Amino acid sequence: MSDEIKVDKVMDLKGLPCPMPVVKVSKGIKEVEIGQVIEAHSTDPGSLTDFPAWARTSGNEILKTEQDDKVIKFFIKRQA
Amino acid sequence: MQQAENIIPQNDVSLQQIEEQLAALKTRIDVLDKKATDPKVSMIVFSGDLDKVLASFVIATGSVAMGMEAVMFFTFWGTPVLRDKKKSVGGKDTMSKMFGTMLPKGTSEVKLSKMNMGGMGTAMMKSLMKKKNVASLEQMLEMAEELGVKIYVCEMSMDLMGFKREEMIDYDGLTFCGVAKFLEEAGNSRIQLFI
Repeated sequence: MSDEIKVDKVMDLKGLPCPMPVVKVSKGIKEVEIGQVIEAHSTDPGSLTDFPAWARTSGNEILKTEQDDKVIKFFIKRQA
Repeated sequence: MQQAENIIPQNDVSLQQIEEQLAALKTRIDVLDKKATDPKVSMIVFSGDLDKVLASFVIATGSVAMGMEAVMFFTFWGTPVLRDKKKSVGGKDTMSKMFGTMLPKGTSEVKLSKMNMGGMGTAMMKSLMKKKNVASLEQMLEMAEELGVKIYVCEMSMDLMGFKREEMIDYDGLTFCGVAKFLEEAGNSRIQLFI
């Protein structure tokens, strides 16, 4: 499923609780170019609401969210 | 060119009217500009409790992640949290010395607001935090500095409790201030919190 999106950077945020996933992804996204995609893996259930809220506020786009077992995968496109 | 001629009125009176309207609009925009807030969070950290200070730092670092600026004002019981354990200064009077001994010296001595149980509760919470990978107060402070969270310390509280500037932590962007600085920052912040 995920191979249809071209991922430029993968971030492992597993095991990190709030606020670290969002803090790290906000730093990580600045390391890719606008238009590029980050794949972030989180195990924090709060991420499911936090990542979309962060994306809306920071002006980035979540292309897709996948959840298998405990790992949530976000595909985030840098827009701003 | 043809279009421009159509837009620009031919007689002087209406041109003057337009200029007046433009001036009025400019004034109005200036007023609105002054009222507009920045994407910023201003926080008063009044509490010196581990749980509340931790929550403050979670919000501050989270704010920066959300693309906002974060400003923290440490006052009253929050002030001793920013003391540096490794630093000690002399020349204090008896009262200041007493306050200095009784109040926590830095993040490592901060206690829970509830269930402290003579330090046992705090120790348990700290070990639990470590186990669950929750960032410690020390780590949060480090992260906040890295993210550019601004910290202001209330000069009046410092003076009241007999703390000296030299015994505070080394933190990039730590400034001493009074209430006016907080009000200025809070006034143009979208979010203001008192913790």
